[in-house]
Amino acid sequence: MKARVQVMLKTGVLDPQGEAVRHALGALGFDGVEGVRQGKLIEIDLAGDDPEAAKRQVTEMCEKLLANTVIESYKIDLN
Amino acid sequence: MKAAVIVFPGSNCDRDMAVALRAAGAEVEMVWHKDAGLPRGVDLVAVPGGFSFGDYLRCGAIAAQSPVCRAVIDHVHKGGYALGVCNGFQVLTETGLLPGALMRNAGIRFVCRTVPLAVGTNDSAFTAGYARGQTLQIPVAHHDGNYFVDQATREMLEAEDRIAFTYGDEVNGSVGRIAGVLSENRRVLGMMPHPERAVDAGHGGTDGRAMLDGLVGALVAA
Repeated sequence: MKARVQVMLKTGVLDPQGEAVRHALGALGFDGVEGVRQGKLIEIDLAGDDPEAAKRQVTEMCEKLLANTVIESYKIDLN
Repeated sequence: MKAAVIVFPGSNCDRDMAVALRAAGAEVEMVWHKDAGLPRGVDLVAVPGGFSFGDYLRCGAIAAQSPVCRAVIDHVHKGGYALGVCNGFQVLTETGLLPGALMRNAGIRFVCRTVPLAVGTNDSAFTAGYARGQTLQIPVAHHDGNYFVDQATREMLEAEDRIAFTYGDEVNGSVGRIAGVLSENRRVLGMMPHPERAVDAGHGGTDGRAMLDGLVGALVAA
């Protein structure tokens, strides 16, 4: 089973890297880019095949290491 | 007074910290990140600057999960002192020993210069040698020093007089220009500027000396 964890800065936390990318896109002539936010995608290969157990395990991974919940939110997709 | 300086792969201010603490009168032992315990009788743990584990995932995140950090957490829970500078501050926030998080500098650039630093409180063993409101000149060197706390936590830090230092000018986008914070029991200090780089006149200034001398003195007396 594969878990994909998307980690993003929380809404309301200024994302300086996303802002820099937005400026760069504007400089390249892309009009109408109103906002850019940059995050991380983490893929995890899991041995088990129980989605419930995997969800619990990956949630714990996010809380303990993969995301810093002071500034980041996370989303887990399993397949 | 015995101090332990933690060394992670990628630490690069560990020896500067040891030199500065020895100059202040401490007996210093270097402790490798894989060590599960601290040396017997350690009064102060110093978590130095650098790029522990290459800043992978987030600055300080991997270091915060190392065996030695569990020992550091125990040390602090037993009332021990800890000082985290730069990457060390990032590590201490990642362990949860200090509130908040350090994000990429608002200006994106790595900032490496001496900055004016205002003393927010002198009510701690770290800052007792300064006057409240005094301005120090201390170097910073970081890419991720943009301190973030939510509004409620910021108000709590202000109400509890736990903001040890603020920047005198705009450095990295930190909330309230916060440069250093104390733990609830005032025995853990995390700060982005490098006091250990400001202890020798030949290196541009000695404003960090009062912190390290005062800290070592206070722990000798304790």
